[in-house]
Amino acid sequence: MRTALLLLLALALGAIPGSLVPQRGVDSLAVARFRSEHADLTPWLDRLDLFSVYSSPWFAAIYLLLMVSLAGCIVPRTAAYARALRARPPRTPSRLDRLPAHVTYETDASPDAVLGSAAQLLGQRRFRVDRDPDAVRAEKGYLREAGNLLFHVSLFGVLVGVAVGSLWGYRGSVIVVEGQGFSNTLTQYDEFRAGPLAGADSLPPFSLALSTMTASFQPPGTEQAGQPKLFEATGTVVPSPGEDPVDFAMRVNEPLTVDGTSLFLVGSGYAPVVTVRDGAGDVTSSGPVPFLPADASYVSQGVVKAPDAEPEQLGFEGFFLPWASTNAEGLPVSVFPEAVQPALSLFVWTGDLGLDGGEPQSVYALDKDQLSVVQGDDGESLRLLLSEGDTARLPDGLGSIRFDGVREFARLQVASSPLSWLPLGSLVLALAGLLGSLYIRPRRTWVRARRDDGRTVVEVAGLDRVAGGDLATDLDDFVARLRERGDPSQ
Amino acid sequence: MNSEALAQLSNVAVASAAIALALGCVAYLAEWAFAREVTTPREPMHVGAVPSATPSTAASRAANGASRSDRLAGIGLSLTVLGAALLAAGVLARGLAAGRAPWGNMYEFAVTGALVVCLVYLVLVARAGIGWLGSVVTGFCVSVLGLSILVYVPAGPVVPALNSYWLVVHVAAAVLAGGAFVVGAGASAAFLVKERAERRSPGSGQRGVLGRLPATEAMDRLAYRVHAFAFPVWTFAALIAGPIWAQAAWGRYWGWDPKEVWAFITFVVYAGYLHARATAGWRGKGAAVLALVGFATFLFNFVGVNLFVGGLHSYAF
Repeated sequence: MRTALLLLLALALGAIPGSLVPQRGVDSLAVARFRSEHADLTPWLDRLDLFSVYSSPWFAAIYLLLMVSLAGCIVPRTAAYARALRARPPRTPSRLDRLPAHVTYETDASPDAVLGSAAQLLGQRRFRVDRDPDAVRAEKGYLREAGNLLFHVSLFGVLVGVAVGSLWGYRGSVIVVEGQGFSNTLTQYDEFRAGPLAGADSLPPFSLALSTMTASFQPPGTEQAGQPKLFEATGTVVPSPGEDPVDFAMRVNEPLTVDGTSLFLVGSGYAPVVTVRDGAGDVTSSGPVPFLPADASYVSQGVVKAPDAEPEQLGFEGFFLPWASTNAEGLPVSVFPEAVQPALSLFVWTGDLGLDGGEPQSVYALDKDQLSVVQGDDGESLRLLLSEGDTARLPDGLGSIRFDGVREFARLQVASSPLSWLPLGSLVLALAGLLGSLYIRPRRTWVRARRDDGRTVVEVAGLDRVAGGDLATDLDDFVARLRERGDPSQ
Repeated sequence: MNSEALAQLSNVAVASAAIALALGCVAYLAEWAFAREVTTPREPMHVGAVPSATPSTAASRAANGASRSDRLAGIGLSLTVLGAALLAAGVLARGLAAGRAPWGNMYEFAVTGALVVCLVYLVLVARAGIGWLGSVVTGFCVSVLGLSILVYVPAGPVVPALNSYWLVVHVAAAVLAGGAFVVGAGASAAFLVKERAERRSPGSGQRGVLGRLPATEAMDRLAYRVHAFAFPVWTFAALIAGPIWAQAAWGRYWGWDPKEVWAFITFVVYAGYLHARATAGWRGKGAAVLALVGFATFLFNFVGVNLFVGGLHSYAF
């Protein structure tokens, strides 16, 4: 018990750092930010696995030791319990008046009648009852230990279920723009994490097309202005190739399940539709480009790349503002998350986008190593501010960019965690066991009756195996019922 | 009545409740102040105890103090009932004003939490005679209500992630367990104080303020019974209802979000408390300290994680 207690405390202590240092499995962007801000701490945190506490060897060591200690406790206790289950109530103590609760009374009923009534009453109260010639022995509350064992065995179920889920499960997220689609293959994911046995190259072959993504917000002028009100994505899903498309509507808290895989709507944002023409007037980039929301007003960050532009490749980096305005310093800001008066605020870069080297590159950032910023007439970096429908001509014959319109995008999380009912079901069993182990009170009761001087002397005594019950009151109540039965004159 | 008037009514009711509970706390503290003169135990005497033989001025002053203390305790209790009724009205009006379960943000969680603490206390006053915890309970509720002003938000709808019936189940269970944790921690703290005093000078537990507390064993037993109620409720809230909702809203049962981490820590520490009660060398004092540590982790989860750490739960609890 002491070992288990110390390991529990170690587990609690070990879990703390993971809530203070950002975790890779929870928020990888936060980890990257933390690492650049605390460059001096990072090597030490890496050495201690503090960016992935809950999958670190030392954390695993704590809970595995706890499980070993648990097994070492459960096995002998189960054996002992199996014996206790078959055991009969213990023999009647010779001095019943020494027990914590004890009542003696006299009656005219015969000892046999009294003991018969006592056995019957105790049986009704779900005691296990044995009859001796001069006494009745009874015990109840065997299920307390069963509850205790169930609770602890269930914890293994939780551990096994979680292990299966993380070995065979996968989770990915993908951004789908209105009017576009997604098919469930690895290459389509923006982010993907899979267990080593998940078979990530043979995902269920469903596909979906997103027709509308609606994000609505509490209107301006109300007290919660700008607070999200509803997120809803609608479209059609094809469960597997060749089947007919089925309509779906997905909301936060209302996921979509296809072929054992669940899809969750976890975010939304805007994808401005832009057309980039190069110096020769050819369209080199056209279509919606998702910009990632940076704050609650949906000011969104993103880039547009035009690698085919001549004479030089073009890159645009900046912000999408759903309801554009200017702040006190004259800089563009957004006053509301709904796309009522959308605008793009962009810097322009030319040179080599770095896409030809074969290195994978984020679609939300520019690699500026070989790029130079385009300057305006005033010698400062050129900042384009485009409203919907505007076209901006770039200096030096570099080309032009047109802001055609806005579409919304849905960020979907796709998750499959096999056997996910096992940890949850185990926890429900654990809770049932816990309730049993806390509220079932093992109790022993003895009744002895003997003839003395023409009367029957009845001794009743009880013993609680755990504290907290109201033994004396229950015993008085039992004696009152016993006297009613055994003594018609009462 | 329109929702604005209801929201207004809720604010007035909560403010009045805070005043009633503050006065109740003063009454309970005065109960203890007068108890300083009392030298005889208030509990019924054990069989065989020798009653004080001759009446003296000191004894009559003491008896006087005892009856005054009893009267003040009664006033404190009445004010707590009043405060709880006002809080209940405030929570109800808030729910009607917002058109949903009234625990959708940190302010509402605090107010509902204070109500649940009062209710748990009043139920246990009736069933287990825990009137002696009055000053701790009312003091705690007044502090929570006072600090809740810092996180006040007007009544209104919740963000889509909270728009689920699991808001009712998960948060109600968490707030119920939390209310019981408060009372349990109060009992464990009182146990530690009296146990320490009696260890340092035997007999001191019979006098003054400590004399108005029950015997240490009774307080330990009470703390256990309250925690034995709170722990399964917490297990359900944090490890069953929470993950089911997290799966629906965020696409995973458990993701080590800071709030989840601390809920887990609270669970583990209270599990440690239950083990400690059955472990030699940890019974009594060690277990009571663990109960207080568990309560500290619960409080940190509510205050610290919300205000300093952030994470997916940052909108609320």
